[in-house]
Amino acid sequence: MTTAPAKYAHYLADFQSLTEGPGAEAPAWLKSARDNAWTKFAATGFPTARRGNERWKYTNVGPIARTDFGYPLAPAPADGSEGLVPSYQVSGQTVFDLIYVDGVYSPGLSSPALDASGVVAASLAVAAGNDSLDLEGQVGRYAPPDDDGFAALNTAFLRDGAYVNVADDHAEKVVIRISYITSQSEDANHKVTYPRTMIVAGRNTDITVVESYRGPQESVYFTNAVTEISVREGAKLDHYRLLLEGGKAFHVGTSRVIQEKDSSFSSASFALGTTLARNDLEVLLDAPGAYCSLNGLYLTADNQHIDNLISIDHAKPNCTSRLNYKGILDGKSRAVFGGTVMVRRDAQKSDAEQTDKNLILSNSAEVDSKPSLLIYADDVKCSHGATAGHIDADTLFYLRSRGLDLDTASRMLVHAFASEIINTVNLEPLQDYLNTLFAAAIPNKALPIAGLVPSRRAKAAGDK
Amino acid sequence: MTTPRVISRDATSSELDSDYKWGFTIDIGSDLAPKGLSEEIVRLISAKKEEPEWMLEWRLKAFRQWLKLKEQPPKWANVEYPPIDYQDIYYYAAPKSDAPKSLDEVDPEILEAFEKLGIPLAERAKLAGVAVDAVVDSVSVATTYQDTLEKQGIIFCSMSEAVKKHPELVQKYLGSVVPYSDNFYATLNSAVFTDGSFAYIPKGVRCPIELMTYFRINQADSGQFERTLIIADEGSYVSYLEGCTAPARKTHQLHAAVVELVALDDAEIKYSTLQNWFPGDKDGNGGVYNFVTKRGKAAKNAKISWTQVETGSAITWKYPSVILEGDNSVGEFYSVALVNNHQQADTGTKMIHIGKNTRSTIVAKGISAGQGNATYRGLVKVLASADGAKNFTQCDSLLVGDKCGAHTVPYIEVKNPTAQMEHEASTSKVSDDQLFYCQQRGMSVEDAHFMIINGFCRGIFQELPFEFAMEASQLLKVSLEGAVG
Amino acid sequence: MATETKKSTPLLSIKGLTASAGDLKILKGIDLDIYPGEVHAIMGPNGSGKSTLTNVLAGRPDYTVTGGEVLFEGQSILGLEPEIRARMGLFLAFQYPLELPGVRAWQFLKAGVDAKRLHNGQEEMSAREFDQMLKAKVAEVQIDPELVRRAVNEGFSGGEKKRNEVLQMAVLDPKLALLDETDSGLDIDALRIVSDGVNLLRSPDKAVVLVTHYQRILNYISPNHVHVLYDGRIVRSGGPELAHELEEKGYDWIKDLVDATV
Repeated sequence: MTTAPAKYAHYLADFQSLTEGPGAEAPAWLKSARDNAWTKFAATGFPTARRGNERWKYTNVGPIARTDFGYPLAPAPADGSEGLVPSYQVSGQTVFDLIYVDGVYSPGLSSPALDASGVVAASLAVAAGNDSLDLEGQVGRYAPPDDDGFAALNTAFLRDGAYVNVADDHAEKVVIRISYITSQSEDANHKVTYPRTMIVAGRNTDITVVESYRGPQESVYFTNAVTEISVREGAKLDHYRLLLEGGKAFHVGTSRVIQEKDSSFSSASFALGTTLARNDLEVLLDAPGAYCSLNGLYLTADNQHIDNLISIDHAKPNCTSRLNYKGILDGKSRAVFGGTVMVRRDAQKSDAEQTDKNLILSNSAEVDSKPSLLIYADDVKCSHGATAGHIDADTLFYLRSRGLDLDTASRMLVHAFASEIINTVNLEPLQDYLNTLFAAAIPNKALPIAGLVPSRRAKAAGDK
Repeated sequence: MTTPRVISRDATSSELDSDYKWGFTIDIGSDLAPKGLSEEIVRLISAKKEEPEWMLEWRLKAFRQWLKLKEQPPKWANVEYPPIDYQDIYYYAAPKSDAPKSLDEVDPEILEAFEKLGIPLAERAKLAGVAVDAVVDSVSVATTYQDTLEKQGIIFCSMSEAVKKHPELVQKYLGSVVPYSDNFYATLNSAVFTDGSFAYIPKGVRCPIELMTYFRINQADSGQFERTLIIADEGSYVSYLEGCTAPARKTHQLHAAVVELVALDDAEIKYSTLQNWFPGDKDGNGGVYNFVTKRGKAAKNAKISWTQVETGSAITWKYPSVILEGDNSVGEFYSVALVNNHQQADTGTKMIHIGKNTRSTIVAKGISAGQGNATYRGLVKVLASADGAKNFTQCDSLLVGDKCGAHTVPYIEVKNPTAQMEHEASTSKVSDDQLFYCQQRGMSVEDAHFMIINGFCRGIFQELPFEFAMEASQLLKVSLEGAVG
Repeated sequence: MATETKKSTPLLSIKGLTASAGDLKILKGIDLDIYPGEVHAIMGPNGSGKSTLTNVLAGRPDYTVTGGEVLFEGQSILGLEPEIRARMGLFLAFQYPLELPGVRAWQFLKAGVDAKRLHNGQEEMSAREFDQMLKAKVAEVQIDPELVRRAVNEGFSGGEKKRNEVLQMAVLDPKLALLDETDSGLDIDALRIVSDGVNLLRSPDKAVVLVTHYQRILNYISPNHVHVLYDGRIVRSGGPELAHELEEKGYDWIKDLVDATV
């Protein structure tokens, strides 16, 4: 019998209406995966920041647990939702769009690939019904429901999402854009959606995937997303994650990546808005010669809270990883960064660099950064660095001496700080789009400068 | 040149076949209370020490708090050990003699024991200009150099004596930096601490000699719970050293000390530790569990500097911290932590920036050899009030061999936009090219390893008083034996 | 000069030496005798095996000796640890001297000197005696005394590192000094200082092997013999005039010469 503690009763009700309603037609393996995940969720619930729970040390998910989110069973009309799809133009024969409204695939807005040329980019619900694609052995393999309550809940509501699979040795470069849109609520209900993405980059392929999440500014809603990625031998995957949720939205994203021999995974995660956002990314370097570069940029304001939990597991020798996250904080916002680079025993010749840099623009913002290294092999090159602070006073003065006013000079320097990450984007229209987006979001004000605290300034002058 | 052999010394006997050179036991007989912890034991300790009522009350408050702490100590630390049976420990073990009035009255066997350890209590004072308080199994047995100190109004004595003779100071400051409710081990310590050192430096006085406490666990199955309190009054300065050893025992010994430092306006405290508790044998049998709470509070323009060389203990769990409360106060933490065989160390610091323009510097060097695991865990916290706060942290790890682990877990929490935090860390090993270079100049592989590792730690050793630096280097060499070559 | 004492035993005798790094064969059969009092220059294009030869002689573990024999004062050394060879009096000035962070030069050099003295049945030097000797050597090789107070090569410029090698050589007083491109990257003043240091070492009972890419340093240290190494073999030997010929005609001349004979 399906049960749940009282506080999760509304999730249970939603779960039952899904499994007895539109979810009843799913293949048997999918149904059993849902049931299994529900049992896990009912047992563990949402994580708490209790003592010793280092994964949730600085983030309280109480507001999510306390809000009565409802699962929209029937797809909302797509009308008007296309306005929320990120508006950068990429054209070409091998560009595919998958668009979801309230968690359900929208055929009218999408341009899928389901042909024999070796590229599958389609609705997960459709792909699950196609036995030749064998999703059974893939979905839930890298992001098992045991990880935490959110991954379990997403799996319990597994219904639709994106399935991307580019066949081994497919020569052409493929671009796939996946957009998950939450639509404006007709009533006062708070929606929750469970987007699920599965990406398989076949041997020696070259793929770009842009995953974006967006919704209305004024609605309270919750996106609980899970993405699983497999990068096969010699494949190259560029993965961009755009978190552009509304200002009152909650977002928990769990991404799990496994890399094979000599594969390359470059990711950049961009976050704007969202009252509470979590980006939990784990990369397993599972064979020699794998390379990953994980970049992130977040700009927070008001009472926003963002938590980036990024882990890289050097499980095999001769792998290289680069981790570079940057944050700009304004208002009463808070940014949490938890980075872990683990080098396992015998993963010799591992090369890892990790940095987290934060600019704090207001007196009430807070940064909590925990960049860890866990090293069990001796012949490795590992380093990490973290900084929190402000724009360098001397640089600011230099700009002002060339005639720029304080506000303009400050904005210019903040934008320069952000552009290091934006420049890692290999898709030019997307890069332009992000530049515009972030430039507009940078607060128009002068920055607090440590050099302007009187006694330190005097001391600095004395040193010279 | 007099090089006080503080810790480096040959073993005479021990229960375990081990390379640990300080593993002998001293046959001095102990005044033992029964094993186990209860309100009766707390009362007994207090009665044995003829303490005033307020002291007993404070202990009992801590004891009752401890009973409420169902959860065993923190789980976040990267150390593993079986649960400790707190009822299977002696909480009171004093050498069998009344507190001596002067060195002449000290039990000759204890004096001999300290000679054996390289601490000739009487001579040492004259030779090295160091005042020594020796603590065996939690009871202070001798304090030297009293005359010189008294002339300047400096108080340096055992904690028991301070409770009796300077109750106003003890009552005012005990628990003011580490409250009795602070954490599992600090609470336990507050209930059952038996002795420790106490120092008070009056206003404007620069303590002319190094103050030193030498700690030793002797009794089997006993816990050592010493409590140290150092108060540097306005504008004063003191440099304080502690050294620790224990016999080689088959079973684990618990050491749960608390150290509180109070640096008032413009004062400076320099606190140095050479920790060489018994690390256990090659297979991880025995060894001291070193679970220690050390914290200082720095007032306006004050400075607190912790320097530690941690080579001993089966498990080390300690985070000497500084609360930078006063404007312009300074905190420093310099650390070398070495693990070999099956040792585990989870150590680092906490720098809490509260005052304006506060500064902190952290330099931590970890060396992992054998199957040891060393973790640097450190918190730098900048509160909203700390305008212009500045921290620089550097953590370097050196791995010797491929069965060990070196971990860095910094926590950086910043609530002020004018603060500047910088954290750097690196992990490396002794390179084959460096070794060949040394060999080409005639050195053996072992000597080359040692020289390079010693060089890696040099910046930290420089922070130690000279004689201690020599000792630290020796300790490193002995602790690395068998790990290289 | 005792250049014509060939009847005595060679200080170093290399016979049919072959060596490789991993699967790569680098030395393909080297034969060379070096007698006390001599200075040999080994020249050759990049990748010819010059550095490998000196490193193999010093016992660098990165290389595997696959054949041949090396005798130092009549004793076979290929089976000896690098430090034993060093203590016997074989010194290698590194092409890229290593940085040893935190290791003071004073301590480093004293350890080397003491290891050699103990090896020779002597006692360790007292700190005072060593200090005086070091001061004298610092003055002799005209090195900045500040360098000795710093950690070994830590943060040194390329030139400083090379001069430090010459100081180490002077202090350790070897019978045979192998200089691996010690001249590369030096300006004219540094080159003079380095050369003076090497010339100081010259004596009837010692020998020097200069490995260099350029003829330039040979204007300061005149060799008795010049050898050209190409593709792991000594393809030509001669007197100082060979160096000038090389300078004039370039290494392509050697390549053509060798290719023509193949």
